[in-house]
Amino acid sequence: MNNNNRHLISILLENEAGALSRVANLFSARGYNIESLTVAPTDDPTLSRLTLVTSGNEQVIEQIVKQLNKLIDVVKLIDLSETDAIERELMLIKTRANGEQRAEMKRLADIFGGRILDVTDATYTIELTGDGEKLDNFLRAVERDAILEVVRSGATGIARGQKALHI
Amino acid sequence: MELITGAEIMVRCLKEEGVEYLFGYPGGAVLHIYDALYVQEDVKHILVRHEQAALHAADGYSRACGKPGVALVTSGPGLTNAITGIANAYMDSVPLVVFSGQVPTALIGNDAFQEVDAVGITRPCVKHNFLVRDIKNLAETIKKAFFIATTGRPGPVLIDLPKDVTIAKAEYHYPKKVKLRSYNPTIKGHAGQIRKAVDMILSAKRPIIYTGGGVILSDGSPELVELTQLLGYPITNTLMGLGAYPATDKQFIGMLGMHGTYEANMAMHDCDVLIAIGARFDDRVTGKIEKFCPSARIVHVDIDPSSISKNVQVDIPIVGSVPNVLRAMISVIRDEKLKPDAEALGKWWRQIDEWRAIKSLNYRQSNEVIKPQFVIQKLYEVTQGQAIIASDVGQHQMWAAQYYHFDRPRQWINSGGLGTMGFGLPAAMGAKFAFPDQDVACVTGDGSIQMMLQELATMKQYNTPVKIVNLNNGYLGMVRQWQEFFYQKRYCMTYFESLPDFVMLAEAYGHVGMRIDKPRDVEGALREAFAMKDRTVFLDFITDQTENVFPMIPSGGGQNEMLLAERDEMVSTHDEGMVLL
Ligand SMILES: Cc1cc2nc3c(=O)[nH]c(=O)nc-3n(C[C@H](O)[C@H](O)[C@H](O)COP(=O)(O)OP(=O)(O)OC[C@H]3O[C@@H](n4cnc5c(N)ncnc54)[C@H](O)[C@@H]3O)c2cc1C
Ligand SMILES: Cc1ncc(C[n+]2csc(CCOP(=O)(O)OP(=O)(O)O)c2C)c(N)n1
Ligand SMILES: [Mg+2]
Repeated sequence: MNNNNRHLISILLENEAGALSRVANLFSARGYNIESLTVAPTDDPTLSRLTLVTSGNEQVIEQIVKQLNKLIDVVKLIDLSETDAIERELMLIKTRANGEQRAEMKRLADIFGGRILDVTDATYTIELTGDGEKLDNFLRAVERDAILEVVRSGATGIARGQKALHI
Repeated sequence: MELITGAEIMVRCLKEEGVEYLFGYPGGAVLHIYDALYVQEDVKHILVRHEQAALHAADGYSRACGKPGVALVTSGPGLTNAITGIANAYMDSVPLVVFSGQVPTALIGNDAFQEVDAVGITRPCVKHNFLVRDIKNLAETIKKAFFIATTGRPGPVLIDLPKDVTIAKAEYHYPKKVKLRSYNPTIKGHAGQIRKAVDMILSAKRPIIYTGGGVILSDGSPELVELTQLLGYPITNTLMGLGAYPATDKQFIGMLGMHGTYEANMAMHDCDVLIAIGARFDDRVTGKIEKFCPSARIVHVDIDPSSISKNVQVDIPIVGSVPNVLRAMISVIRDEKLKPDAEALGKWWRQIDEWRAIKSLNYRQSNEVIKPQFVIQKLYEVTQGQAIIASDVGQHQMWAAQYYHFDRPRQWINSGGLGTMGFGLPAAMGAKFAFPDQDVACVTGDGSIQMMLQELATMKQYNTPVKIVNLNNGYLGMVRQWQEFFYQKRYCMTYFESLPDFVMLAEAYGHVGMRIDKPRDVEGALREAFAMKDRTVFLDFITDQTENVFPMIPSGGGQNEMLLAERDEMVSTHDEGMVLL
């Protein structure tokens, strides 16, 4: 009961001014954890899709889901951790690429299925997608000193199979 | 096609919603609205003396009659003054629609004169809020606001109106109905859950029904009375739930919680089945969670899923509205001719009667000094238990709850969740607007009354005669009590070295003032005051300064660890309890 599990919660939100702050406010006001949050409009311009990563024990997650559902701007939500789901996050990373490092960095990017988007004589800018763990692993594989900048989008996700979150 | 201003649209919408009273205070941003109010008589505007009072009056009005309360404040300081009132209504789930003026849309975000981010500042204490940027959305937004405020778990909804929107013109069309795709409260309980709950309820050997404000908010009292009497089970109410079940009925075992009766808290502690209805397991009720109802299986009926298993894990949750769910339970029991376990119940009642015999609400009477409990007892007698009682916050509030036996819902109006000193007087005024022909009393204390005193002027202007029962102990008594018990009598900042002459003060506002300092004069003064039907009377009862509220579960204590008046021994609270309120 007391183990803090990571949950990926995906929300269809009214695409209205202030809707995002209601969600963010809820987390700070009630002291819930929030690891990452992404949001963008969907194919239906009246709706946004918001995905957040939080953690807590079963009871806390139950309250988070109930409190989110209580927000008038939340149309629908799904806890993707409760179903078979695909999770993806985008990372942009700028690394040093000097001398020997240059070949090594290219090799590492290839192994992780990354793409080099920009090249200078001293740096690479690499794009990588995957679940959070894969991105963490990549960062671990790269020499600490070689990292110049990291930008992560935060996780998004979608259920596998026929299940779809729509209205 | 007739074009009218936003201000006129707003007023028409209010009329259409059947709004009788609009409690408010003017200012620059809402001048157009005031101008629209000027030329009509359907919606009566009540000019309070402070915006917080507008909210409390609208709140008191709503609690008394069940209709949504409506308030109007100007931008900036008008809105910030209203915040306490909004938060108060939010905590107690009172349906309010609040209009705030805002600077013109073009100036929003520019730190314009009297600008505050109303939607941002109220977000954590409203059920929902709106900023209307386009007059085309105004009427529909108002409709939505009333719909959201009054359905599901009720609560305050704010509409922020930029001044240019009140001036712009549009065609008037008020939708008959609104539908919100993201908001659809569950009213009807799940039949399977109800069936399971009935089985659990009837299997009980030591049952107790614990009900709260949800029964009153949903007007579910008749169903509650029917179910309780059908079962023959003991029933206790939260502070917010008093009146939902008649207090003078023998099945009622008093309020529960921190200042609840011995029998209610002991029965809660020892019960094997707890039937919670429209109550939210507040920390004032549960005491220390780990010690709460240790052997109970729990059924919980609530319209708000987030109230269920929030503080205490329950066994059978039922999401739905009280009257619907209770009616369904009653028909299962009747149709299947189900009967409770009479023998076990008999034994349980004998146990409860033993606890009752302790008479935990007894207090030591005096001929010299007025005991505050005595004043409430006399208030009850003189009004024959029929008055609407609005209370402030403190010891006097607890005594009113304990000694005025409320037999009907909406008779007891008090601030439970936020515990807002200053609530009582404007709330009493609001209740008087709702029921001009009924006796309304405001039970207050020397601290609380000074927080909204200015409303005596409003009460004079609109002639809303209320009897103010001031239990004047010279102290912030409730806080003093805690200092006595838990801070070794270090009375830091709880003694008023200066109090106004309340009699003169009442007279200055054009009311009647009386000071009573002898127990033998209490009843006579009350009779005299209530005989003055059309006057507000300020009864300043000089009471025992050091009287304490008993029973009391000290913070961190379990339900069976009550401190009783007779024993009056004050053990220091558990260390971990010290951090609690
Ligand atoms: C000085 C002080 C001392 C206090 N001491 C005590 C005390 O000793 N004992 C005590 O009980 N309280 C006490 N309180 C009050 C306490 O703080 C809480 O306000 C109170 O206990 C909450 O009451 P409630 O559980 O009935 O919930 P409420 O706040 O009344 O909430 C109502 C519940 O009903 C639900 N509901 C609403 N509509 C419906 C519907 N249609 N159908 C179903 N459910 C619905 C809501 O979702 C909510 O869960 C004290 C307050 C103060 C200021
Ligand atoms: C606005 C506000 N400020 C502070 C408190 C904390 N508080 C709770 S009860 C109380 C004392 C109330 O004094 P009084 O109105 O004289 O009532 P008494 O307890 O003496 O009956 C205080 C200060 C509060 N509830 N509300
Ligand atoms: Mg006092």
